[in-house]
Amino acid sequence: MDFLAEHQPELLPGNRQLPPTQGVIEAPHGTTIVAVTFPGGVVLAGDRRATMGNVIAQRDIEKVFPADEYSAVGIAGTAGLAVEMVKLFQLELEHFEKVEGAQLSLEGKANRLSTMIRSNLGMAMQGLAVVPLFAGYDLDREKGRIFSYDVTGGRSEEHNFAATGSGSIFARGAMKKLFRDDLTEEQATTLVVQALYDAADDDSATGGPDVARRIYPIITVITEDGFRRLTEQEASELSRAVLQKRLEEPDGPKAALL
Amino acid sequence: MSTPFYVSPQQAMADRAEYARKGIARGRSLVVLQYADGIVFVGENPSRALHKFSEIYDRIGFAAAGKYNEYENLRIGGVRYADLRGYTYDRDDVTARGLANVYAQTLGTIFSSAAEKPYEVELVVAEVGETPEGDQIYRLPHDGSIVDEHGSVAVGGNAEQISSFLDQRHRDGMSLAEALKLAVQALSRDTNGSEREIPAERLEVAVLDRTRPQKRKFKRIVGRQLDRLLAADGASTEAESSAEDGSEEQ
Repeated sequence: MDFLAEHQPELLPGNRQLPPTQGVIEAPHGTTIVAVTFPGGVVLAGDRRATMGNVIAQRDIEKVFPADEYSAVGIAGTAGLAVEMVKLFQLELEHFEKVEGAQLSLEGKANRLSTMIRSNLGMAMQGLAVVPLFAGYDLDREKGRIFSYDVTGGRSEEHNFAATGSGSIFARGAMKKLFRDDLTEEQATTLVVQALYDAADDDSATGGPDVARRIYPIITVITEDGFRRLTEQEASELSRAVLQKRLEEPDGPKAALL
Repeated sequence: MSTPFYVSPQQAMADRAEYARKGIARGRSLVVLQYADGIVFVGENPSRALHKFSEIYDRIGFAAAGKYNEYENLRIGGVRYADLRGYTYDRDDVTARGLANVYAQTLGTIFSSAAEKPYEVELVVAEVGETPEGDQIYRLPHDGSIVDEHGSVAVGGNAEQISSFLDQRHRDGMSLAEALKLAVQALSRDTNGSEREIPAERLEVAVLDRTRPQKRKFKRIVGRQLDRLLAADGASTEAESSAEDGSEEQ
């Protein structure tokens, strides 16, 4: 990034002069991203909808990306800027790894992302915010970790679960009731599908599983074996299982009262 | 005021070339071989930290013999070139040919500029294709020329002898274990023709493996995997020799 800033500064997201604007710029926005840890790793998932005002801009947008072998980033906010930010972030991690011959620490990666979000602050104040969720497997501590961000680049580590985007309030509520310490990988992936379903249930900007078009949430799992994105087959099975149960109980699994 | 002696351009270039060649010859040789599923880099390297081989991009690997600080400089330049290319355009737009051209320009400029001493390095840039026919290997000597190589290439001190040894024995479609065995054999021959043993911990081995599911095909082979491959080639030699015995009997 320093090299880019010196040689081709126009390629950096934060280095553009914006024309003065009136009102909010209409651009596709990505919505809900959720993450949950389980012993041995972390799951990061996102719905597939992008909205522009009250229009669905895209039904099958992909908002969860591998950052490198052991981490992933999910994006909420202005889709175009966010995708570019992720591309630059991936490039930086790969570049560092090749030049130094070693991977950045998970904290290092999270800090780098923080700087990149901060450089976008000018745009964020004009309504083009990017708020990602970063999750990865910490090889030193041998566990999955989640980092959330605010528009100013403020970074905070989340324990157990986290969500970002317009449906995050509802997703967080669902996860709060469903999370347990001893989730298996399969239970954790089911949990994120439930949380995304609840988010889609109450937030118009979040898309639920679209059985007719075969569009299912993107679910990724990071363990010590590295990053893995669930295949469409696996995602469809999980989504269908959740849907089937919801036909009987539309509000999802019930937590104990006391 | 003293007048500098006149040195003819031919003489000056010959001196510079000899200087560079001597510098490269001090380093240990390394070899790059094509095998069925990709390209393998093998070299003798006592250091764990200073690599002779490294990844440049998805399908492109880099190998260098000579002075470490000089080729490290070129390597980082190459990684930057490739990453910037890939970011500006697309990952598919980064090619070994483009990279080799950049290196050739750099080396050539440094070689012929009187202000700088020539780099004492010899590079290999290799790109693995979808099929063995798509593999590309370029050798870049110290003066900035590019040599398009096929099958096998050796650079470093004892390069000529090693390449003629490899040329006679290398064939297309070798397995990784076979190619590795051949490479180690080639490297363990001394200038006077005698052989010495190179232990596995002094070998640096890396592959560009076209069968790897990831985008990035470069992989270092270390530790147990290397031991296994070296042992496997022992087993295959036995198998080969027993097969030969069998054919003799018939």
